[in-house]
Amino acid sequence: MLNLWRFISKFNAFFFLIIYLVISITLLVKNNDFQRASVYNSSNEVIGSIYQKVNIINKYLNLSLVNDSLAKENAHLRNQLKSSFLDDSLITKTVDDTINKVKYQYILAEVVNKSITARNNYITINRGSKEGIKKGMGVIGPNGVVGIVWNVSENFSSIQSILHEDTRITSSIEGTPYFGPLIWEGKDPSLVTLTDIPNQLNLKPKAKVVTSGLGVIFPKGILIGTVEKAGVKGGGSFLDISVKLSTNFYALEYVYVIKNNFQTEQQDLELDNKESVND
Amino acid sequence: MIRILVNILRFVVLVAIQVFLLKNMVIYGLNVPYLYILFILLLPFETPNWLLFLLAFLIGISVDLFSDTLGLHATACVIMAFFRTVIIRVTVQEDNYDSDPEPTLGIMGFRWFFFYALILTLIHHFFLLNFEVFKFSEIPNILSRVLISSLFTLVLIFITELVFFRKKQRK
Repeated sequence: MLNLWRFISKFNAFFFLIIYLVISITLLVKNNDFQRASVYNSSNEVIGSIYQKVNIINKYLNLSLVNDSLAKENAHLRNQLKSSFLDDSLITKTVDDTINKVKYQYILAEVVNKSITARNNYITINRGSKEGIKKGMGVIGPNGVVGIVWNVSENFSSIQSILHEDTRITSSIEGTPYFGPLIWEGKDPSLVTLTDIPNQLNLKPKAKVVTSGLGVIFPKGILIGTVEKAGVKGGGSFLDISVKLSTNFYALEYVYVIKNNFQTEQQDLELDNKESVND
Repeated sequence: MIRILVNILRFVVLVAIQVFLLKNMVIYGLNVPYLYILFILLLPFETPNWLLFLLAFLIGISVDLFSDTLGLHATACVIMAFFRTVIIRVTVQEDNYDSDPEPTLGIMGFRWFFFYALILTLIHHFFLLNFEVFKFSEIPNILSRVLISSLFTLVLIFITELVFFRKKQRK
């Protein structure tokens, strides 16, 4: 017994290494499995509120960039105003529309924390379940798609950004019927790769890449980025298209969370399909 | 007593600088400096092992909590603490402990401190970046990130050490 004790105390550093390695690797792996279901992530109220305080400084530093993008968005919206179209009809009549229902609603939120440089990046915003945000909703910024809501607490939500290993946003090239998943390779935070586009497509440089509208998360036609260059991977029949993101994640301050009012209806219907096939 | 306060202050300041400032500093793609490991480098020689590992784990977890990577920095810091005990046991004689309480640049001299910081920084960054990706296929890709990040970290460590430089002759 005494010998055992002497042995342990002689090599105590090694035993401490084993003990703490087991603890920290358990935390690491567990955290990967349950994908930040634990309370210790930054949707945690305490850390969220600390970040909100620090963010006041960052917000000030980014003011000019935010102003630019707001001005652009204003100009864009102004173009859609009725007063900027030539009105050549004699009588205008308003019709209360009872047939078309609102499908998508947008909730404004402010970014309180973000990561850009890790392999898997997340963004925290200051709106949560209180405002009706749920897991799986799409998130866009003033310049394009940002990511998908991952975790929600009462006042904050975490967003899994496009810059994440597991994010797959179905997107297509504007004006073509082809679509495919968008993947981030983890090298440059401004470039993503669009795969599964057939290589007979005659691609114009700087063509716009937009959301496809398939699935329930994003409406059709929201800008993601522009085509940078396209190449065939290993002689296959699909193109690997390198896409330059239109969202500048460094300057991202405000985002809109997209609420799809028909999401559950569509998902339930699609679930029924699967069940009947398996029977 | 003063030394304990200095270390606590160093802990808080380094974590704050890391999570609020350095996390946003990026060069050449995705390379970020991790200056907070300076806390583990500068702990006094006579720190008992149980305290050394506990502090390494705590500073790792503190950085983790602010970067949504629970356990990642803690793992790298604990491995680094182990190699710190090995390097110090091999290179420093025990009877020097009384006069030289801390492994700083001013006390230990440039050459010793440079190799000490270089080896531990490389070890920390190697495990940190590999555990982050968790894939063998990306190791060649990561090695370049390890080298550039380490260079960046080392430059910051030396700047910090020179700012707080106190010359003291080794006896």
